[in-house]
Amino acid sequence: IFKINKVCLLKTSSGTHLGFAWGPGDILVYETLYKVRKDEDIYSPILRKLFNESHHIFVGLQTIREDLPSKNKKPQFVSISKNYRSVIRACMEELQQVAEVAMQYGNQVSILLAIELIWNLCEVLFIDAAPAGSLLLHLLDWVRLHKADVDEKAREVLQSESPAEHRDYWDVVVSYVLQGRLEEARQMLVKQATLQPAARKMYKQMDTLLSKMPFYNPGGTQTLTEFDVKWRHWHEEVDRCLQDNSFASNKHLELICKVSDLGDEDTLLEHKDLLSTWYHFLVTRLLFCHPTVKPTELHYYAQSCLTMFLDSRSVPEPLDSILLAAFEFDIHQVIKDCSIALNNWWFVAHLTDLLDHCKLLQSHNLHFGSNLREFLLLEYASGLFTHHSLWQLAVDYFDHCPEFGRVYLELQIERVPLDTERKALKVLRICEQRQMSEQVRSICKIMAMRALRNNRLGSALSWSIRAKDAAFATLISERFLQDYCARGTFSDLDLIDNLGPAMLLSDRLTFLGKYREFHKLYGEKRFREASKLLLSLMTAKIAPRSFWMTLLTDALPLLEQKEVSHHIVRYAVYGQSTPPQKIFSLLLSNIKKTSKYSYLRSCNQRIFGFFSGKNNIKDVLII
Amino acid sequence: MESINAKYVSQKISKSRWRPVSHSSLQQADIFATGSWDNEDNKISFWSIGSHGSSGVEDGFEGDPQLLCEHKHDGDVLDLQFLDQDRIVTASSTGAVTIFRHHQNSQTISVSQQWARAHRYPSDNAPCTGVVCSSPEIVTVGEDGRIIVFRADQEGVIRVIDNADSSTIHAVTYLRTTEILTVNSIGQLKLWDLRQQSNSPSQILSLSGDRVPLHCVDRHPNQQHIVATGGQDGMLCVWDVRQGSTPFSLMEAHSAEMWEVHFHPTNPDHLFTCSEDGSLLHWETSSQSDIPSFLQGGRNSSMTSRSAMAPAGGNQSLINAWLSGDSSKGRLETTHMLPSQTLSVNSLDVLGQCLVCGTDGEAIFVNRQVPV
Repeated sequence: IFKINKVCLLKTSSGTHLGFAWGPGDILVYETLYKVRKDEDIYSPILRKLFNESHHIFVGLQTIREDLPSKNKKPQFVSISKNYRSVIRACMEELQQVAEVAMQYGNQVSILLAIELIWNLCEVLFIDAAPAGSLLLHLLDWVRLHKADVDEKAREVLQSESPAEHRDYWDVVVSYVLQGRLEEARQMLVKQATLQPAARKMYKQMDTLLSKMPFYNPGGTQTLTEFDVKWRHWHEEVDRCLQDNSFASNKHLELICKVSDLGDEDTLLEHKDLLSTWYHFLVTRLLFCHPTVKPTELHYYAQSCLTMFLDSRSVPEPLDSILLAAFEFDIHQVIKDCSIALNNWWFVAHLTDLLDHCKLLQSHNLHFGSNLREFLLLEYASGLFTHHSLWQLAVDYFDHCPEFGRVYLELQIERVPLDTERKALKVLRICEQRQMSEQVRSICKIMAMRALRNNRLGSALSWSIRAKDAAFATLISERFLQDYCARGTFSDLDLIDNLGPAMLLSDRLTFLGKYREFHKLYGEKRFREASKLLLSLMTAKIAPRSFWMTLLTDALPLLEQKEVSHHIVRYAVYGQSTPPQKIFSLLLSNIKKTSKYSYLRSCNQRIFGFFSGKNNIKDVLII
Repeated sequence: MESINAKYVSQKISKSRWRPVSHSSLQQADIFATGSWDNEDNKISFWSIGSHGSSGVEDGFEGDPQLLCEHKHDGDVLDLQFLDQDRIVTASSTGAVTIFRHHQNSQTISVSQQWARAHRYPSDNAPCTGVVCSSPEIVTVGEDGRIIVFRADQEGVIRVIDNADSSTIHAVTYLRTTEILTVNSIGQLKLWDLRQQSNSPSQILSLSGDRVPLHCVDRHPNQQHIVATGGQDGMLCVWDVRQGSTPFSLMEAHSAEMWEVHFHPTNPDHLFTCSEDGSLLHWETSSQSDIPSFLQGGRNSSMTSRSAMAPAGGNQSLINAWLSGDSSKGRLETTHMLPSQTLSVNSLDVLGQCLVCGTDGEAIFVNRQVPV
């Protein structure tokens, strides 16, 4: 077995996954065994719960404080692992209920079963990292959890009229023994004992034997060595019973005795149907022949059990290789095999992330370790992002990928369709919180353009303000001014009259606000202030060129107001540093360049007429 | 003790509303409706907590909402209100306004009435963003800046105010039976008197300073001049619409958009807000009386009766605590109601001691022991 340094997965056009793996001097290409069916994976409503709940757990995991000593963190990690698993189980149970009705989910259920099985084993071996003694107990729990049919059968048997005579009775008893559930086995045996009063003594002997089997107590004061001694004594007793043929008259009891006697392989293998899997076989063997097995010794037993259990015809399935890799403590192999065999990034991404937090991926090549987690999370989150609704979850995943997360997010977030303002606001908030200013501008621009197209000038302005987009604010002001020129009145007065500080966003906007103010003053007959404002607009050079004609036209009636006109003149002549002639000639010379020139000529008479009376400025107008 | 659990429902919840209970009966809230958004197929759903359809309730999940029935909804559900015990009105992102009827016996839902393109642009759909009703009258507002008045069971519209606003109107609420209040995305509250024929508001209020878009508005249940709003900056503003055109008090509430604000309908010393930042806050203002709080078991009823008696001018000592709400003076208490950070809480509703809210994390939270 050569060490795999890098794994890369590609999706082909036919939807299968091709894996490339390369190690020293070789490239392997293998095809994955399951086709990716994205729709079923992501779009099923039951699986959605899995994605949402696990997202919640994931975010919680990332916020565990780094500075806590590792011995405090282990129980937390175990608890998080159990949370993940309970979410998987809940999802599986729901799918099972539906699978009875719709066949399509059957495959999903078996995938989830496999995932939970693998995760549970990883939790036992890697996260909880149980030492010898507790290790076997955890493995027993693991097997019991994944062999639920024993309980079903037991229920059936117990609910029957005469349990001891039920055809599955002995299967249940033996299964209990195989799983180390001796208390329950004894309770079942009592029923048989009452049926056969003649064999009472034999049953009593079995009962005593089973009751005396020692189980290691991790919380107790007994050391592993002491336990080992006790256990050997018990074995000697079992062996004696076998030699004495104490149970020879009852083949079932004899069987139990043989099993207990160092987990006799041949006997066990005769009952493959009850064990059903090689890992059950493994744990049972260990229970009866080496309960103090150390983690490092597991893989010897695992390999041999797998070989023994599978007859020469059958080939190990992907699941078998994954479990074997786990027993060998080859975490990377586990992850790699899972990525290939299971058609969803969800599992490997979350498991790898958890293992990384437990600092378990660092024992290998450092670069590979940290990048593997990120690679898987990025893949998973990118898949989420294509979903019309789950994209919001993906954001948090990208946030916790320090190297490339931000880049991925920046690329993906721009593709989210913005159907409503509400959605755009949410996307915007995500961008703003991460200082993605380019995306903020781009989104606001899209929304502002859309608003403008629909003639929602207030909305358009609101978006420009959010993006602090002066250019767009100018565009909007131009629209307002155009509207005014076309219709002679302002639209959307509620907006223009209430611009507030937003007015300062762009010159054009300021002009718009001030121009409207001028009109208000004029309407209120406050001509003095109105004309003052108008002149300041003219001289401040924030008036758009296209508007100068309008301004001048607006000035005309003010000139005719007797009490006002000499104010204007006073301002023009005395008030400003720029000589009045210059102001007007500047305006006029520019208006000449526009098409309004001819109109001005007709107005010119009036203006000239007015000014000609005043000595100082009769040469004002040069036409 | 945590009395709030998440129920994952495989849809992002945009709105959640309790079905109204009649005041005469001592019934607790038991049924609520939700609307979803951002799905290819959105839905409205009716749920029950309590004795209705509680098959499958397990120990430790008491009060877990059970789905009664659901119905497809075209477009995002942008707002949802109960019209009466059996009917809800929804505002859709397609611009449609729809009345759905919940048939309690058969647990089915049917479309009772629909105005398909109530809100629209000349060449496109415009989302309908808010709906409020006072049976049989229904008022809706939208991104097109229109206000539309309908009557349930009457086809066509009763009245349209075109161009009521040059920006998006985000929410609407009744101030009085003939007056409504709207909030828009340039930070203005507008009062509309529906008896008037004119198409302009009777009053405009806004914050001085930045024009922060406002997203939600709610009126004090007893004192009709007191209104609370929340907006893009997550600030909670309380306004007195009789006095002045600027808010009375401003309180920092959330770090992102505030989506909904609700006074408690029977205990208005309590206010609830929810936000894009994933939090749901319970605000409690202490009453002005000298009676120590632990003797005020019935204080809420006494408080409300006092408010009802307050003269319009407002005796200084009886001035509503909200208007002088200021967290630094220690008279305002805020508590987070959700156990941990979630994605955006889009909607909340409170009735009696029950609170329901929905999030973008596709979860519904129900709390049956809100301390009010």
